[in-house]
Amino acid sequence: MRIIGFLIAVLMAGAAHGFEVEDHRHYPAQDEQTVLRVISTADLGVFEPVLLAFQTAHPDISIDYTVTGTSDLMAAIYDEGASFDVAISSAMDLQTKLANDGYAVRYEPTAIDLPEWANWRDQLFAFTQEPAVLVVSDAFFALDETPRNRDELIALLRESPQRFDGKIGTYDVRRSGFGYLMATQDSRNSEAFWRLMEVMGRLNARLYCCSSDMIRDVAEGRLALAYNVLGSYAAAQAADTPGFQIVEMSDFTNVMSRTALIPATVQNEQGAQAMIDFLLAYNQRPDLIDATGLPAIDSALFQSNTALRPIRFGPGLLVFLDQLKRASFLKNWESSLEQR
Amino acid sequence: MKPHGSIRRRLFFQLAGVAAILSLVFILVVRGVAERAAEGTQDDILTASATAIADSLRSEGGGVTLDLPYSALSMLGTINQDRVFYHVSVAGQTLTGYSDLPLPTAVPLVGARQLETLTYRGEEVRAVSVSRRVGPAINAATAVITVAQTRLGLEAISRQITLTATGVGLAFLLLATALSLWAANSALAPISRMTGSMTRRGPGDLRPVRAQTPEELVPLVEALNSFMGRLRASLSRTEDFITEAAHRVRTPLATVRAKAEITHRKLNKPEHKQAIREMIRAIDESSRSAGQMLDHAMVTFRADSLARDVLDLRALVNETCDRLDPTAELKDIAVDRHLPDQPVTIQGDGILLQAAMQNILDNAIKYSPAESDITVRLTGGDTIRLSITDQGRGFGGADPASVTKRYTRGSNVGDVVGSGLGLTIADEVARVHGGRLEISENTDGGGACVSLVF
Repeated sequence: MRIIGFLIAVLMAGAAHGFEVEDHRHYPAQDEQTVLRVISTADLGVFEPVLLAFQTAHPDISIDYTVTGTSDLMAAIYDEGASFDVAISSAMDLQTKLANDGYAVRYEPTAIDLPEWANWRDQLFAFTQEPAVLVVSDAFFALDETPRNRDELIALLRESPQRFDGKIGTYDVRRSGFGYLMATQDSRNSEAFWRLMEVMGRLNARLYCCSSDMIRDVAEGRLALAYNVLGSYAAAQAADTPGFQIVEMSDFTNVMSRTALIPATVQNEQGAQAMIDFLLAYNQRPDLIDATGLPAIDSALFQSNTALRPIRFGPGLLVFLDQLKRASFLKNWESSLEQR
Repeated sequence: MKPHGSIRRRLFFQLAGVAAILSLVFILVVRGVAERAAEGTQDDILTASATAIADSLRSEGGGVTLDLPYSALSMLGTINQDRVFYHVSVAGQTLTGYSDLPLPTAVPLVGARQLETLTYRGEEVRAVSVSRRVGPAINAATAVITVAQTRLGLEAISRQITLTATGVGLAFLLLATALSLWAANSALAPISRMTGSMTRRGPGDLRPVRAQTPEELVPLVEALNSFMGRLRASLSRTEDFITEAAHRVRTPLATVRAKAEITHRKLNKPEHKQAIREMIRAIDESSRSAGQMLDHAMVTFRADSLARDVLDLRALVNETCDRLDPTAELKDIAVDRHLPDQPVTIQGDGILLQAAMQNILDNAIKYSPAESDITVRLTGGDTIRLSITDQGRGFGGADPASVTKRYTRGSNVGDVVGSGLGLTIADEVARVHGGRLEISENTDGGGACVSLVF
């Protein structure tokens, strides 16, 4: 019954919206007073503990949780005007554009123990900090062979093209907002990025929509390595799936934050504010951090590990969303990666 | 005297009012200047951003393209968290950016900038537009670049500055108010000083004021000095007049009385003698009344400038009693003096004290029946008490306060001639010496007891 109901819900959601729903689940409250409709890019497997903990704190709020991709989330709110109470996304640039262009409402959180940069305009709230990592397969790499930075990676790939041909994965930045954010930040940080894309293109790199697929393929030995994978997912999967290593690049590692905002189309504003407050207190819930594997915000980490480059909120994030800029970036990216 | 307004208050309010106006002007000017500066800063950053975008325009394959520089927008996020919008159009066609962002009302000249404040997406934004010629020289097109930013950061700065300016303004106002108070007090200090020196003066001190006088008060002090001069002259004239009048009235009366007595002795007919006796009695009363009126006038005059001589009251009592003994003897009245062995000293005006005593004793003799006793008792110590007790008719239960009123007499004295001034004089003398007049019934043997208490 439950599966049928779930399928119906997915189909209905799919019919009602133009955006692609990856997953959907309803968490009925024990004593339902209101329903909180959350659209999120966080997989249910990862985010469920947060939702259940929220319901424990607010037993009168039912949660309607829709999982979608970062670009789809943007399209849903920006283009289609879909109504949700909270939008949680790992694409900081798209979230910034939503807030900048007036698709988010303001909320002054009651009490937050977070650095100032975690809150932009009282509209955008960051609550995790997740690095983009390189995931390498144990089947392909001996321990001492693992590349530690981009130059080593490029050298390694150039050295033995046959070995890695078709065995490299990365995000399809045209489809994934998160992949696009990481690629554009890479391109800002280092010229080595384009060289790496060049090399990857020559090796017929395979393109993915999502981190979890890449991690699965690496773990199963279909891929030798995957570049720019969401570190938190990889860490979560490493716990119960052996066969791969996680490498944080020592030249620089982009660190993004998962952000929540209250869309302008909000209906249950009180519930949404409760959710924001709950998420902002995420760094005080070690049980949840353990359960989800999503690292909480910790400014001290940036001081101890200087390779970490946090992505900061600000209008700069809008630059790569510019139509022309995006078109030219994608053109370069395509010409590098798709050399067939 | 009921004051009409206060110079200090007026001075204070005027100074404080000026300070308040200056504070307000300060706040407004600082706020205006600071807001202008903050606005200028935002305009400059927006211009830099728009110029950076304009510089990145290039023609490519017959068209115009733009590689939006990262810094062009990121620089706008450095000082605040305001929303940013931009729009690039070439030859009127949107190239990129927010196509619904209103174009500038007039295309700015190359090298110039166009500033506008407009409402976009429900918020007030500041928009800067610059223009650039792009494309091959023959058919170059005009590109207009507009960068706009909301003004929340500006408002926050403006609020902060307003708050600071208001704080400083209020602090200045408080300080200025305190200083106004001090200034008003110090400006009026010479007046207080002069008032002090005037009140410290003795009652008879009518010397001109010689204190250091500020320029503004010189006319007042001169007027005061001239007034005091006239007063001094007038007072001495009054004094002369009183002395003169005493002589001129008393002397002829005494002469008339002497003549009448001589006549009385020469006359034989009882009815003539009776008439002369009545005449003498009338003369006595006139003389006595004149004396009392002069005494009263003298008391009033001398009380204004009371002398502070150290006197022994015993001497005064003896002198007074000696003077009135003959009158008492006429009625066979014995005046018993009970005086202490030690001197009873008092600071005061001997003439006045004697006048008071004389009036009381005179009254006692006048209202006492023949062959009665009058007791004069003086006691020293902390309070000096001089009591004169007679065996006369007393006051018949009259209110003691009313008999000391001028020209008011007791209700039971219709048959005795009197002016109603005697006790008034005694009362006034007692009062100017800081004492009082006590009137009571004689406890043993009827009559009255009148006491001067100092």
